[in-house]
Amino acid sequence: MHDILNAKLGRRSVLGAGLAGASMLAMPSVLRAQDKSLKVGVYGGFFKDSFDKNIFPDFTKATGIAIESVAEPTGEAWLVQLEQAAKAGAAPADVSMMSQVAMLKGQTTKLWAPLDAAKLPNSKNLIDNFVNKYPDGKIAGIGAVSWYITLVTNTQAYKEAPTSWAALWDKANADKLGLLALVSNSFLLEVTAKTFMGGTKALDTEEGILKALEKLAEVKPNVRLWYRDEAQFEQALKSGEIPMGQYYHDVTGLAASQGSPVRSTFPKEGGIQDSGCWALSRASKKTEEAHTFINYMCQPAIQATLSRKVGTSPTVKRDLLDLTAAEFASVSSDIEPIIPRYDLYQTKSDFLNQKWTEMIAG
Amino acid sequence: MRREPPQRLADYGPLFFPAGMLIVFFVVPFATMIAVSVFQREQGGFYTPAFVFDNYARFLSLFFGKVLGFSLFLAIAVAAACVVIGIPFTYLLSRSPRRIQIVWLVALLSILSLSEVMIGFAWSTLFSRTAGITNLLVWLGLMAQAQALTPSFGAVMTAMTYQAFPYTVLVLYPALVRLDPTLTEAARTLGASPVKAFFTVVVPALRNTILATLIMVFIFALGSYLLPQLLGRPQHWTLSVLITDQAIYQSNMPFAAAMAVFLVLVSLGLVGLALYAGQQRQAK
Repeated sequence: MHDILNAKLGRRSVLGAGLAGASMLAMPSVLRAQDKSLKVGVYGGFFKDSFDKNIFPDFTKATGIAIESVAEPTGEAWLVQLEQAAKAGAAPADVSMMSQVAMLKGQTTKLWAPLDAAKLPNSKNLIDNFVNKYPDGKIAGIGAVSWYITLVTNTQAYKEAPTSWAALWDKANADKLGLLALVSNSFLLEVTAKTFMGGTKALDTEEGILKALEKLAEVKPNVRLWYRDEAQFEQALKSGEIPMGQYYHDVTGLAASQGSPVRSTFPKEGGIQDSGCWALSRASKKTEEAHTFINYMCQPAIQATLSRKVGTSPTVKRDLLDLTAAEFASVSSDIEPIIPRYDLYQTKSDFLNQKWTEMIAG
Repeated sequence: MRREPPQRLADYGPLFFPAGMLIVFFVVPFATMIAVSVFQREQGGFYTPAFVFDNYARFLSLFFGKVLGFSLFLAIAVAAACVVIGIPFTYLLSRSPRRIQIVWLVALLSILSLSEVMIGFAWSTLFSRTAGITNLLVWLGLMAQAQALTPSFGAVMTAMTYQAFPYTVLVLYPALVRLDPTLTEAARTLGASPVKAFFTVVVPALRNTILATLIMVFIFALGSYLLPQLLGRPQHWTLSVLITDQAIYQSNMPFAAAMAVFLVLVSLGLVGLALYAGQQRQAK
């Protein structure tokens, strides 16, 4: 447990605990007064902080349902905890924000309670691929937010922003890159396929995957840090110690707005788009409240607030949003995104992981 | 005082508490881990109870062999570095005035209050190009240009030695304080130089303590997974790093458990070997 807590000192966890603690202390009377409540898991840190401040209080005001937010770790640790708890009939959180890879794994074990579309009228606002469905057509999860991983640079070290992911392969960038350490969170295979192999369809076969890995191995001399800990890379990027790499568009934008010499660029091949779903644990007894919550979160107005305050990209159709062009551009891009091949992390996860680890550590 | 052999069940009473603790905190978790290590991994899911050796089979490859080899090498190197630095340090410390001893011991103990995360971040800053110690060398005119010393094997070694050093001193200190000073005095009277006296009298007298220290630091270093990640390149990642990846990021508990079981068995084997060798030498 100690290990898990340590390892998760990422962007979504550092700030959370303190603020959550403070806000809980500030509203114990609210919690007591409400007889309806819901435990919601969001990534600890920046996300939870923003949700606690900008989203949850308004929801409670509008619906009378008190929200108890739970800081969840990134990666699959939270999925494991939810799964183990559900086996024992408990739910550490009723509704959780889950990444796509975790979402699909939970679908395999039927961890997520099917959602009732009739009780989610606002879900029709969503872009289709943000609704996760079971094979029988029942809804497993509803897109909460999406975010981009882009090419980031230190503005002092790079006067000109790079324009293509190919910059990672540029020999001039030897020992200057920070990249995510895992195949299932860096999505660099998809980046390689899109940049050099004509698209992520090239990863359909194992030969294609191996070819992409071979191409990717060429960036190794350029990589200074393969990071699991987001805070470590963010710090190094800001100081110019590691002046280029892949990182989250939202957090980089936040850092830039606070005066750090960093920039996030959507390369011409597209940023990597990842997303989080709201999913309900099958062990939860708060089905009604959960539907109310998820439906509330699907409103265009709420999605716009998330874009403005949290910096996430909306999951509802753009024409429903009142975001200005500049606001939209700050969280997203019209360049077609690189969508991760989530199916591969489902069917070939061990193969990918093994080859990936051998590639970077070998 | 004469000790009676235990007569009744109640006489064994004092044993129940440690035995219970051992069962609750070691035997049960370890048994669970062994059980999980033979379970069937479900790709894209979790695992189902079964009795398969797939997880061990996957581990038996050149790649994991190399990682295991490096992990053991790193742990041994850290243990050796700690002892090599620790013995002269503690020896000099034990011969210093009481006040100085207290200051040093308090300072060393305070290192123990630092978490691995903080130690890792502190060293990565110290070894960085932008804010690190090389800037000091440049300022002193010893270096032309500041450079990054991390990620590197040296950085990993330094931080891990730093982290394990207080334990080393704490284990060596009582033995060195209790060491009879007349032994070295006798050696000196017989014409040995201080250095010779140290190596021919102090070190052999401490052989068991040194062995115990080596083993303790070795085990301690073997479990390290954060410092190699923060300060090393991928080829410096230990088996513990890969276990964490499997358990947390791949939710592949059976494989993580199999690797952990393997690591425990290999380290127990090495410790057994060291103890056996120590006994053999004493028997001679």
